[in-house]
Amino acid sequence: MQETVINIEHLSKTFTTEQGALVPALKDINLSVDLNDFICIVGPSGCGKSTLLRIIAGLEQASDGMAFYLGEEVKKTNREVGMVFQDYSLLPWRTVLDNIALGMVFSGVARNESLQVATQYLKLVGLGDFARAYPYELSGGMQQRAAIARALANNPRVLLMDEPFGALDAHTRILLQKELLRIWEQDRKTIVFVTHSVDEAIYLADKIIVMSAHPGQIKETINVTMARPRDRGNPLYGKMNARILSMLDH
Amino acid sequence: MKRSGMQLNFAAPGQIDFNSISKKAKRFGIQLIWSLVIPVVFIAGWDMIANHLQNPVVLPTVKESLQILIHPFANLIGMGSLFSNIFVSLMRVLLGYVLAVLVAVPIGIFMGYYGPAYRLLNGFLGLFRPIPPLAWVPLVLAWFGIASMATLLGIKQGQWYVYLNNLKLSMVFIIFIGAFYPVLTSALYGVRNVRKVLIDSARVLGASEKDIFRLVLLPAAFPSIVNGMRIGLGVAWMCLVSAEMLPGSLSGVGYLITHAYTVARTDIVVAGMISIGVVGSILDFLFRALEDKKFAWQRLSR
Repeated sequence: MQETVINIEHLSKTFTTEQGALVPALKDINLSVDLNDFICIVGPSGCGKSTLLRIIAGLEQASDGMAFYLGEEVKKTNREVGMVFQDYSLLPWRTVLDNIALGMVFSGVARNESLQVATQYLKLVGLGDFARAYPYELSGGMQQRAAIARALANNPRVLLMDEPFGALDAHTRILLQKELLRIWEQDRKTIVFVTHSVDEAIYLADKIIVMSAHPGQIKETINVTMARPRDRGNPLYGKMNARILSMLDH
Repeated sequence: MKRSGMQLNFAAPGQIDFNSISKKAKRFGIQLIWSLVIPVVFIAGWDMIANHLQNPVVLPTVKESLQILIHPFANLIGMGSLFSNIFVSLMRVLLGYVLAVLVAVPIGIFMGYYGPAYRLLNGFLGLFRPIPPLAWVPLVLAWFGIASMATLLGIKQGQWYVYLNNLKLSMVFIIFIGAFYPVLTSALYGVRNVRKVLIDSARVLGASEKDIFRLVLLPAAFPSIVNGMRIGLGVAWMCLVSAEMLPGSLSGVGYLITHAYTVARTDIVVAGMISIGVVGSILDFLFRALEDKKFAWQRLSR
C-alpha cells in the first residue's frame, strides 16, 4: 500500500491583475503524489505549473480547493517540504557552506553540527572544494548544485523543484539531471519537479503530469516505466517525447 | 567555472615574486601621476590668473592660501585657528548626522518592510523631500533662536557649556534635514529591493518572520543602507556653511568663511573651502573603504 504524501483536491487559483481583471491560473487540479515518487509536471509557460508548486510549498494560497500534505491542509511553509528555485537563491553574503547550513540555523541546530552536516551535503553535490567560496564565485550550475544541497541538508520529506535547471546551458543541464538521479537513488525522497522541457521530464520522472494553459489544467498523466539510466537514443524515449509534445500543441 | 582569477594569482608560498611587485608598483605610480594631472593643471592655472590679477580680494595666490593651510593652529582674524573651527563644524555635522541616521534608518527599514507603513508615510515625507534645507532657516530660527545643546541640557557654565553652546539646535536641525532623506530613501529601497526568491527560499527552509528580517532582509539591505549613510554624510557636510551662517554662530569653518569675506580676507575663504573639501573627501573615502571591504559580494554578485 503506497502512502500518499501530497494530495490536491479541486484546486483553483485566480490572480487579480492591477486593473482588477481576474485571470484564472489553475482550474480544478486533482493530483496525488505517493511516497518516493519522482513526478515531473510539464506544460507550456503560463499553465500555472510554478504556481501549483508554490501552493504545495505554502508560499501561495489556493483560491478554491485544497492542497494537503500528509493529510493536513497546507497553510504555510513547512520545513519538511523543501524547494529549489529557478532563480539563484543563495544568500550572496554567506559562504557556500554557510548557505547550505541555513535551514539548520533556522531550526536552531548547534553550529558545529550544522557545519558538519552541510559539509557532508556539499560533498554529495560535488562541491567539496568550494565550502569557503561565495556564491558569486560559482558558475550557474554550481550555484544550483549548492541550492539542492541546501534543500537536502534541511532533511525534507518532499523536495519541490521549480525549473531548477532552466537557466543552465544544455550540457550542464544534462550533467545535473544525471547528478540529481544519482542523489535521488540514495534515499528516493519524494520529488515534484516542474519543467517545460519534455526531454527532461522523460529522463527523470516516474510519472509525468502534462498540463495545458489558459487556464492551467491537467491534461494527462503518463507513467514512465523505462529503466534508469534512460537512454535518449531509445526509440521509446523518442516516441514518448513526440507524443507529449503533440499533446502540448493542442 | 568562473572563480575570479585574482584569487588564484598568488605566487607560491614563501617565494616573493619581485617581478610582479615591481610591475604593480609601476602601474600604481602611473595611475597616481595620471590622477594628479588635472589638479596640477588646475592649481597652475589658478596661480597664473591670481598673479596676473594682483588682487588678493578677488583671487588670492596659491601661496597666500597655502600659508593659512600649513599653519592650521594659528589664530585667524580673532576667530581661533582653522583647526579649531573645523573641529567645531565637525562636531555639529556629526551630531545632526547621527540623529538623522538614528531616525531615518529605522523608519526606512520599517517602511520598506511593512506595506501599510509605506503607504502611511511615503506621501507625507515626500512633500518635505523637495524643500531645500536652507528654506527651513526662518522657521528654524523662530523655533530654536539661539538655543543650543547647552540650553537643552540646562548647563549654564563651565567647560562643557563652552562646547555644548556651540552646538546650536537650529544648525543641528538644518544638518539633520539634509542628511535625513538620502539615508531614509536608501534604507527604504534597500529593504524593498531584496530579491523575492531570497525571502521565499528562506521561508521554505523554515525561517520565522524574525529570521527573515534578521538574516535575510537586513544583511541584503545593509550595503544600500551604508551607501545612503555615506551620501547623507556628504549632504550634511554640504549643509554646514548654510547652517553656520545662522545667527548665534560665532565659530565653525562656515562662519569663518563668511566672516573672512566681510573683512575681505579671500585667502582665508579659499583655505576654508579647501578644508571643507578635504574633510568631506576623507569622510567619503572612509565610508567607501568600509563598503569595499564589507560588501564585496554586492559588487561581484551580478
